[in-house]
Amino acid sequence: MKIFSEMAIRRVLTGIAFSAIAMLILIILFILKEGLPFIFQIGPGNFLLSSDWSPLNGKFGIFAMIVGSLWVTAGALFIGLPLGLAGAIFLAEFLPRWAMRIIKPTIELLAGIPSVVYGFIGVMVLAPIIRDSLGGPGLSIMAASIILGVMILPTILSISIDSIKAVPNSYREGSFALGATHWQTIHMAVLPAAKSGIIAGIILGLGRAIGETMAVIMVVGNAAKIPASVLDSARPLTANIALEMGYATGMHRQALFATGVVLLIIIMMLNFAANTAIKNMVKK
Amino acid sequence: MKTKVMIRCLFFLLCVALAVTFGCGRGGSTITVAGSTAFQPFAEKLADLYMAANPGSTITIQGGGSAVGIQSALSGAANIGMADLVILPKDAQSLKTVIVARDGIVMIVNPKNPVKNLTLDQIRNIYNGKIKNWKEVGGSDQAVTVVSREEGSGTRSSFEAIIKNITLTKEAIIQDSNGTVRETVANDHNSIGYISHGLVNNKISALMLNGIACTNDDINKGLYPLVRPVYFLTREEPQGLSKSFIDFILSEQGQKTILTNGLIPVK
Amino acid sequence: MKLHPRYTQIGAISLLVIATLITLAILVFIIAFVLGRGLLYVNADFLFSNPEDMGRAGGIFPTLIGTIILPLLALLIATPLGVGTSIYLTEYTRESRVTRIIRFGADCLAGIPSIIFGLFGYIFFVTTLKMGWSIISGGLTLAFMILPTLIRTSEEAIKAVPNSYREVSFSLGATRWQTVRKVVLPNALPGIVTGIMLSVGRSIGETAAVIFTAGSSLKLPGSIFDSVRTMSVHFYVLAREGISNENAYATAAVLVISILSINLVSYWIMNRFIASKLK
Repeated sequence: MKIFSEMAIRRVLTGIAFSAIAMLILIILFILKEGLPFIFQIGPGNFLLSSDWSPLNGKFGIFAMIVGSLWVTAGALFIGLPLGLAGAIFLAEFLPRWAMRIIKPTIELLAGIPSVVYGFIGVMVLAPIIRDSLGGPGLSIMAASIILGVMILPTILSISIDSIKAVPNSYREGSFALGATHWQTIHMAVLPAAKSGIIAGIILGLGRAIGETMAVIMVVGNAAKIPASVLDSARPLTANIALEMGYATGMHRQALFATGVVLLIIIMMLNFAANTAIKNMVKK
Repeated sequence: MKTKVMIRCLFFLLCVALAVTFGCGRGGSTITVAGSTAFQPFAEKLADLYMAANPGSTITIQGGGSAVGIQSALSGAANIGMADLVILPKDAQSLKTVIVARDGIVMIVNPKNPVKNLTLDQIRNIYNGKIKNWKEVGGSDQAVTVVSREEGSGTRSSFEAIIKNITLTKEAIIQDSNGTVRETVANDHNSIGYISHGLVNNKISALMLNGIACTNDDINKGLYPLVRPVYFLTREEPQGLSKSFIDFILSEQGQKTILTNGLIPVK
Repeated sequence: MKLHPRYTQIGAISLLVIATLITLAILVFIIAFVLGRGLLYVNADFLFSNPEDMGRAGGIFPTLIGTIILPLLALLIATPLGVGTSIYLTEYTRESRVTRIIRFGADCLAGIPSIIFGLFGYIFFVTTLKMGWSIISGGLTLAFMILPTLIRTSEEAIKAVPNSYREVSFSLGATRWQTVRKVVLPNALPGIVTGIMLSVGRSIGETAAVIFTAGSSLKLPGSIFDSVRTMSVHFYVLAREGISNENAYATAAVLVISILSINLVSYWIMNRFIASKLK
C-alpha cells in the first residue's frame, strides 16, 4: 500500500514537473498558430523588411518597429548599464554587510514597482523636460530609453552584485598581496571572474527592456516610422501589439500576433545567450 | 488519523461550496455591452442609471473599440456591440443597428496655441504632413506635432472618412484612446489632435472648423461637418434586457443624459 | 603616459560613488514622487468606496478586490505546480537531461514578456476556451507568468535544507514522500513563502497581461467569470486617459505601499529563517 502510493506520488510529481515546459510549448504553439500563417501569406521579406505599416490598407511592414525596439533597448542599456554596473561594483565591494541588508531589499522593491508607474513619471516629468530643453515631441526614444534604463537598473544591479559577491575572497587577497590597489584588484581580478554573471544580468535586463510594454507605450509616442534621432518618436514591437490589439480584427489581428512571433524569437535568442553565459559561470 | 481525513474532506467541501456560491452568485438577467471606447463612458453612466432604476439586472460595459464591438456582437461574446463609425464595415451588414446618439469630432490644440480656426483643407494638409509649421496656418513659428489614433480606431476612420484623402504622415504620434490624445495635446504646446466632442475639457482648446464651432445647434443644422453616429449592434432583434436598455437610452431621460454629458441626442 | 595607480584608484572610486549616488537618487526620487503626490488622497474612504464617474471621483474598492483575488487565484493554481516541480527536481531525480530541459523551460518561461502572456491568454483562455474577459482567464494567465519564479525560489529553499535531515528521516524508515512532507517541506517553508510573496508582488504590478485577459470592468465581480480591474490597470487607465491625476497618484501610492509591505514581510520571513538556521 505504502509502496503503491509512493509510486503514485512519484508519477504525479513527474507530471507536475513538466508543467512549465507544457505551458511554454502551449504559449509558443498558440502564438505561432496565430502569427506564422500570416507571415508566410504575405512573405517574410515583406513583413520584416518593409517599413510601411498601414494594416487597413493591406500594408504590414514591421521593419520600423524592429528598428524602434532596437533603438529603445540600446538606449536603455546606454543609461542602465554604466549606472547599474558602477553601482553594483561599489555596493558589492565597498559596502559593509549590514548596509547591504538594507540596500538589497530596496533594489528589489524597485523591481517590484509596477511598470505603469515608471511610464507615468516619464510622461509627467521626463517628456516635458526633454521637449522644452531639447525639442521634438518629448514623447521620444530618449524618454523611453531613460525610463527603461531605470527600470532595468534593479535587474542589472542585483544580479551583478550577486556575481561579484560570488568571487572567492582568495582572488582579492592574492591581488592585494601582489601590491595591487583596491581598484586594480577590482578590474583585474574581481570583474574578470564575475564576468559571465554580469553578462547574464545584462542580458536579462535587455530582455526586460525589449519586452516592456505599458511604460513604453506611454512615453515613446508610437509613431510608426524609422526614427532619425533619439528625440524622435518610435514604435517598438511591444507597443505595436498593445496599441492596436483592442481594435484589430482579421488580417490586422493576425499581423499583431505575427509581431508577437518576431518578439518571441528575439527574446528566445536572448534567453539562450543568457543561459549560455550562466552555464559558463557555473563551469568556472 | 480519521479526524484528519474528516477535516480535509470538510475543508474540500467548503471550498467547493464557496466556489459554487461564488460561481452563481447573482440572479436576475445580465448583459454585456462592448465596443467603442469613445462611447464607453456614456454607456457606463447610462447603465448605472438603468441599474439604479431596475435592481436585479446587470449591465457590464467593456471597451475594446468599435471593431471589437462589431466582432463581439457577431460572435455573441457581447449582447450589444457599440460602434461609432461613419461607414460600417461589410461584416456588420448582417447585424441589426440602432443609432443611439451622435458624436461630434473636435479638433483640439493646446490652450497656449493662438490658432483658433482651421479649414478642412488645412487639417488634411496637416495630417498628410504637407503643413509642418504652425505659422503656415496663422500660428507661431513652431513645428506641428500631429497626434492621431491607431489603425482600427472608430474615431480615426470616421475622421479620415469625413476629411477625405488622408495618408497619415509617418511623423504622427499615435495614441490609443480619446483620453490619451487629449492628455498628449494638453502636455505639448505644439500638438494637434482630434477627440470626441463629449470629452473636451479645459486642459485643451477646441478649434472651429471653417469658422463653425462644434455645438449641438450647428450639428443639428448640419453645418458642422465632423459628425458620426453611435450604433448599437445586435445579432438579432434586441429582446429582454438588451431591448429595454436600448429603449431606455432612446427614452427622453436617456437622451437627456446623453445631452448633458456632451453627446448629441438622435431625437 | 601612465597614471599612478593611486590616482586611477581615486578617480575610479569617485566615479563609482557618483554613479551609485545617481542610482540611489533616482530610485529614492521615484518612491518619493509617487508617495508624495498620492498619500494625501489615500484614506479609508478612498480604499473602501466604489468609484464614481469612471474613477474620476469615489474610491477604488472594486480594484482592491481585483488586486487581491487575481493574484490569489494565480497562486492557488501555480503554487502546487511550482512546489511540485521543485520537489521533483531536488528530491526525486538526479541532474540529467530531463532536469536540464525542465529548468530550461522554466527559464524561457521567465523571460517571456508579459505582452506575449497577454496575447496568449487572450487567444487561449478568453477566445478559444470561451472564458471571456474574466477573473479565471486573468488568474490562469498570471499563474503561467509566476510559475518560473515559484519553481526557482522553492528549489533554492529545498536545496538549502541540510542533507543530514533527510538521512535521519530515511534511517528512521520513512519513505521518500514522508521525508519530503514531514522533514523537507516544513524546513523549506519560509523560503517557499518568500517566493510566493515575490510572485504576488509581480502579479500585483502586472498590467499588459491582465488588461487583455481580465478586462477592465469597474464593477464589483459577482463570480470568477466576471471581468475585473486591478489597481495597476486602474492606475493605467486613470493616468493615461487623464481621468483624474489625484486618483491616479493615490492609486499608485496604494500600489507602492502594498508592494513595499509584501517585500518587507517576505524579507522578515527570510531573515527569521536564516536566523533560525544559524542557531
